[in-house]
Amino acid sequence: MGYLTRRLVTFPLVLIGVSILVFVAIRLVPGDSITAMLGTEAGLLTPQQRVALTAYFGLDQNWLVQYWHWLLGLFRGDLGISVAYGKPVLDVILDRFPLTLELAFLSMIIALAVGLPAGVFAATHNGRPSDLAVRIFAMIGQSTPSFVVGLLIIYVLSVGFGALPTMGEFSPFWQDPLRNLSQLIFPAITLGLAFAASVTRISRSAMLDVLSDDYVRTARSKGAPARSVIWRHALPNALIPVVTLSGMEFGYLLGGAVLVEKIYALPGLGRVVLDAILQRDYALLQGSVLFIAFNFMVVNLLVDLAYSALDPRIRLGER
Amino acid sequence: MSPFLSVRDLRVGFGRDPEINPVVRGVSFDVAAGETLAIVGESGSGKSVTVLSINRLVDFGGGRIVSGSIKLTRADNSILDLTAATELQLTKVRGAEIGMIFQEPMTSLNPVLSIGSQIEESFRLHRGLTGKQAHAAAKDALDRVRIPDALRRLNYYPNQLSGGMLQRVMIATALACNSRLLIADEPTTALDVTVQAQIMALLAELKRETGMSMIFITHDIGLVAGIADRVMVMQNGLAVEQGELNQILDRPQHPYTQHLLHAVPHFASGQAARTDGKRSSEAAPAVPALRVDGLTVRFPVTSGIFRRPAGAVHAVEGVDFDLMPGETLAIVGESGSGKSTTARAILGLTKSTRGTFSAITQETSARRSQRPVQMVFQNPYASLNPRLSVESILAEPVIAAGGRLDGRTRERMSMLIERVGLPINSLDRYPHEFSGGQRQRLCIARALMLNPAVVVLDEAVSALDVSVQAKVLELLVDLQREFNLAYLFISHDMAVVERIAHRIAVMYAGQIVEIGRAAAVLANPQHSYTQRLIAAVPTVSRRKEHFELDTRQVPSLVRRLGFEPGPADWTHFGADHKARAEAPTHLQTAG
Amino acid sequence: MRILRAIFGHTSGRIGGIIVMLYLVIALLGLMGFTPHDPLMQNRLDRLHSPTITYWMGTDLFGRDVASRLMRGVGQSFTVAFLSVAFASLAGTVLGLAAAWFGHRMDGIIMRLMDVLLAFPAILLALLVVAIVGPGTWTSIVAIGIVYTPIFTRVVRGPALSLKARDFVDAARTFGSSRTYILTRHLLLNLVAPLTVQITLALAWALLTEAGLSFLGLGTQPPASSLGLMLSDSRNLMETAPWLLIFPGLAIMVSILGFNLLGDALRDILDPRMRRSNP
Repeated sequence: MGYLTRRLVTFPLVLIGVSILVFVAIRLVPGDSITAMLGTEAGLLTPQQRVALTAYFGLDQNWLVQYWHWLLGLFRGDLGISVAYGKPVLDVILDRFPLTLELAFLSMIIALAVGLPAGVFAATHNGRPSDLAVRIFAMIGQSTPSFVVGLLIIYVLSVGFGALPTMGEFSPFWQDPLRNLSQLIFPAITLGLAFAASVTRISRSAMLDVLSDDYVRTARSKGAPARSVIWRHALPNALIPVVTLSGMEFGYLLGGAVLVEKIYALPGLGRVVLDAILQRDYALLQGSVLFIAFNFMVVNLLVDLAYSALDPRIRLGER
Repeated sequence: MSPFLSVRDLRVGFGRDPEINPVVRGVSFDVAAGETLAIVGESGSGKSVTVLSINRLVDFGGGRIVSGSIKLTRADNSILDLTAATELQLTKVRGAEIGMIFQEPMTSLNPVLSIGSQIEESFRLHRGLTGKQAHAAAKDALDRVRIPDALRRLNYYPNQLSGGMLQRVMIATALACNSRLLIADEPTTALDVTVQAQIMALLAELKRETGMSMIFITHDIGLVAGIADRVMVMQNGLAVEQGELNQILDRPQHPYTQHLLHAVPHFASGQAARTDGKRSSEAAPAVPALRVDGLTVRFPVTSGIFRRPAGAVHAVEGVDFDLMPGETLAIVGESGSGKSTTARAILGLTKSTRGTFSAITQETSARRSQRPVQMVFQNPYASLNPRLSVESILAEPVIAAGGRLDGRTRERMSMLIERVGLPINSLDRYPHEFSGGQRQRLCIARALMLNPAVVVLDEAVSALDVSVQAKVLELLVDLQREFNLAYLFISHDMAVVERIAHRIAVMYAGQIVEIGRAAAVLANPQHSYTQRLIAAVPTVSRRKEHFELDTRQVPSLVRRLGFEPGPADWTHFGADHKARAEAPTHLQTAG
Repeated sequence: MRILRAIFGHTSGRIGGIIVMLYLVIALLGLMGFTPHDPLMQNRLDRLHSPTITYWMGTDLFGRDVASRLMRGVGQSFTVAFLSVAFASLAGTVLGLAAAWFGHRMDGIIMRLMDVLLAFPAILLALLVVAIVGPGTWTSIVAIGIVYTPIFTRVVRGPALSLKARDFVDAARTFGSSRTYILTRHLLLNLVAPLTVQITLALAWALLTEAGLSFLGLGTQPPASSLGLMLSDSRNLMETAPWLLIFPGLAIMVSILGFNLLGDALRDILDPRMRRSNP
C-alpha cells in the first residue's frame, strides 16, 4: 500500500479523533452549559425554562447522542450560534479567515524569500565568516518571540517615526490594497522573522547533509559547474525538510497568530479563539478550534502531496 | 611515447594543516593510452584519495594537494597539470576527458532525477546537446552498456533499478562523452559476485571497443588479474610496489604484496578446502549438533487498503541439513537467496512458517548451556551496544541465562578475551576504542561465553579488511578445534568459504540447490547455478580471461496464495555431494 | 565531566552554557526571595522611575522594582518550563518506547493520538487546556506539558525503532535477554543523547509558550510576576517608560537564545551524524 494511500486512509481517522477531543474538551469545562451560554441572564431563568432549554439544546441526552447530532450539524455546515457575536459560528469564522489566510501567506513568502537563499548561501560557505554571520542572525531570529518583535517594531515606529501601524477595521485586499498592506505588512514581518530564521537553519543543515552525498560527487565528476551542482542536484534533495517545516509553520499560522493579532489589534482567527475563551462562548470555541485543526491537517496533507511530487522514491515506492 | 597521465610525487593531506599528516605521501605512476592500471590496497592505504586527486574531487572532501604534479595529455595534445588547474578548466576535464564510477551505485545517482536526464546532463555540459538530440544520445549510451529496453529505462528513477543496472548507468554516464580515462573506485565491491563478473566483463569489452585508459581501484588482488595491465600496490599512503601484471602476481618483491597474495584468502577451486572433515574419516554416524528439517520461511504479501493477503514471499523453502560437532557447514548464495533468513530463523529472530530444527546437546550437555546456538553478525559496528563496556557486553549472555557477574564469569571473560587475541585490559573499555577486526573478536568471545554447541556466523568476516579477514578465519578454525564447535557459516565470498568450510550448501531463490563436501562442490559443481557462481569468482590464476555477459535476473520469490512447491528431486554425485534436479527453464523464469 | 568539557570546548556551547547558568542563578535567587527589593511592594512615590542606582531597571506603574520583578519572573518562567518539559519528556519517552517496542496496533493507536494532539497549534492547545481548567501556574505546566508530549514521543519512537532493528538487539534476543534488560540497557541508554538535546531545545520552546500564555493573561496571574505579564503591562506605557518593554523583552529573548545555543552544541557533540556540519 502506497504512502499516500495510507495518509488518505488515516486522515479521516485523525479528523474524527480531533472532533472527539474538541467535543469532550468543551464538555469538561466546569459549570453547566446553559449558565455558560447565557452568562448572567441565566439567573433570570425559571426552572421550567431551564429544563425546556436543556431539552431544546439536547443537553439532557447522553454525550454519544449529543456528539452524533453535533457531527451531523458539522456536515450541514452548522457549527451552532455564537452568543458573543450573535451570529452563526461559521459566519464569524469565515468573516475572520481571509485576514488570517493572507497574513499566513505573506509571512511564508517573507520566510522563504529570505530563509532559503540565506540557508543555501551559508551551506555553500560552510565555516567561513559569512556562514557564521548568517547563523548568528538565524539563531537570534529563532530565539526572539514574535510578541517581543512586534512590541519592538511598534516602539521603534512610534518613537522613531511618530507613526503607528494601521489598526482597526480590516480592509480586504480587493477593496483597498494599500490600506490592506499597510495593515498587514508589519504583522507579516513580525511573524516572518522567526519563520525565516527557522527556514534558514533547516535549509542550511539539509544542504550540508546533501552536499556530502554520493550523487553530488557524481555530478561533480561529470563536470557539472558549482551552480548546477547546488541548484539542480543538491537543492531538490534538500527541500523535503524545508517543505515540512514551512508547511507546519504555515498550518499553525492558519490557526491565527493570537499574540501578534493582539499586539496589532487585528481581527483574525486567533482573536476569535481568545474572545471565545474570555467570554465563555463555547459554541464558538468548539467551532473555531475544530476549524483550525482541520485546516492544519489539510495543509499537512498538501505537504505530503508535495513530498511525492518532489521525491520519486515516495511517488513510486521503495524498491 | 610520453604517458597519457603522469603523476609525480603526489602528496595529499586533510584538515587545517594538510602537510602535517598526509594521507598520500609521495606517489608516482604513469598510465599509458589504452592501458589499465590497477591500484590495490586496504582501507586507509590512500588509494581512493590518490585517484580523487586526479580529477580533483578530493578538494570537495576537505583534502588538499600539498605537492607533486598530475600531468594529463588532453585531447588536443596539450598537457595540463591538474594540480594547478582552475576550477573552470577542471569542469571541462571532468566528465569529458576523465570519467569516474564509484563503489555504491545505489547512492551515486541522484534519487530525484530520472536516469535519462542524468545521462543527458553529460551531453549537455560537454557537447551542447539539448532536447531530442540529447535524448537520443542518452539512449545510445544505455545501449552501449547493454541495458535491455533502453528507451523505456531512460524514464526510470534510480530506485527502480537493481545495483548492477545502476552501475551500468554510472558507466554509461561516465563514458557518455568518450572520456579517454575511466577511474573506477571499487566499482563492484557492493555487488553480488555474478553481477560483479558482468560489470567486469562489460568494462573489459568497453575498453576493447574504445581504447580508453582505466584506473581500477580494488582491495581484492584477485580481481585485478582479469582486467589490469599494470598493478600498483599501496599501503599507508605509499606505493610499495608497481609493475606489470604478471610480474606483480608471480614475482612479488615487497613483503606486503606477498602478504596480499599468499596470506589472504583467494579462491582455488576447492584445492584450498579443509581436509580435517569429520564425516569421511569416522565410520559411526555421530549425533548432529544441529539438525534442520524442512525449514520454511514465508512473508505474507498484502494488497489493497484492507491488507488482504495476496500471496507470500517464499524467502526460505524446505531447507534440510545437519551439522556435526566440530564441523563447518557454509551456506553460500547471493543477496536474496535466503541464506541470512535461514540463519535468523534458526536463531528465532525470524519466525519460521514451518519446519523443525533441533540443537542436540550431546555427551558434554552438562557444560553446554540451554541456548546451544549462538550467533556472530556481519557488522561489528552495529552488533555491539556503544554505550556498554566490554565487561557488560560479555556479561549479557550470562545474565540472560540467569547467571551472575561473579568470579567464575569474570574468569571465563578473561580467558576468552585472551583466547580471541585481545589485550587483557579490554574489559573496562568501550566498543569505539576497538578496530573492526577487534570488535569482531569481541563478538566471537561474547558468542562463546555460554559455551555453545553451534555458532552461526552470518557474513562474519565480510566487513573486514582482507588481511584482518585471514587472521579472524584462523582464529575461528583454532577455536573450532579447541571447543569442538559446529559452525554454520553464511557467506557470499567463495574464497573465504573455501578456507573454513568442511561442507557447502548453495542457496538460490530460497532453496538449497546443491550441498556436499566442500572440495567436491567447489571443484565439481553440478547445479547450473553453482557453476555460474563459481565461474564468476575472480581468481589470481585466471588472467585476462574473457567474461561472458549475462543479464539473467534472479526470479521473483513472490508466489500466489496457497502455492506449494513440489518435492525436491536430488541427484547424487558421490558419497557426500548432491544437487537438485533442474527443470530446463528453471533459471530463466524471471518475475 | 567529559560532556561539560565538550560543551565548553564548543563555541555556541560555551555561550549557551554561560547564559543558562546565569539564568539558573537568577531564577534561584528570585524564587528564594533574594531580590534587591520586594517585587510586590508598591511605592507610589517612585512610580515609573527610570533606571537608577536604586532601581537598576526602573520601576513600573505601581512603583514596583522592575529588576526584582524580573528576577522573580525568571524564577516563575523557569519553574513552569522545567516542570512542563519534565512532564512532556517522561510521558513522551514512555509513549514513544511503547509505540516502537510493541509496534503494530499499539504503534498505530499511540501515533494517531499524537497526530490528533499535533493538529492543534501549540498555543491553541494550551489555550484549550486553560479554558477547561482556568488560568494559573499549574494549568500552564500541564498545558505546555501536553503540547510537547507528541514531539517527545516522535523523538523517542524514531531512534527506538532503528535501535530495535540494530544487530545488538538481535544479539540480545539470541541470548534470551529479558525485555526489561533490552529496553533499559540497549534502547534507553542509547536514547539519552537525543533526549538530552531535545530537552534542552524544548526548554526554549516552553519558555516561549509560557511567556505567550502569560502575555495573553492566561498564564501566571497578577500580582505574581512573570516575564510575559510584565511585557503585557508595558504595552500602553512603552513610549513613556521603554525600560518596561526593553528589559523583560531582552530577558525572554536571551533565555531562549541560551537554551537554543546549548541545544545546538549538544546536538553537535552527541549526534555524530551532525558533527561534520559544524567543524
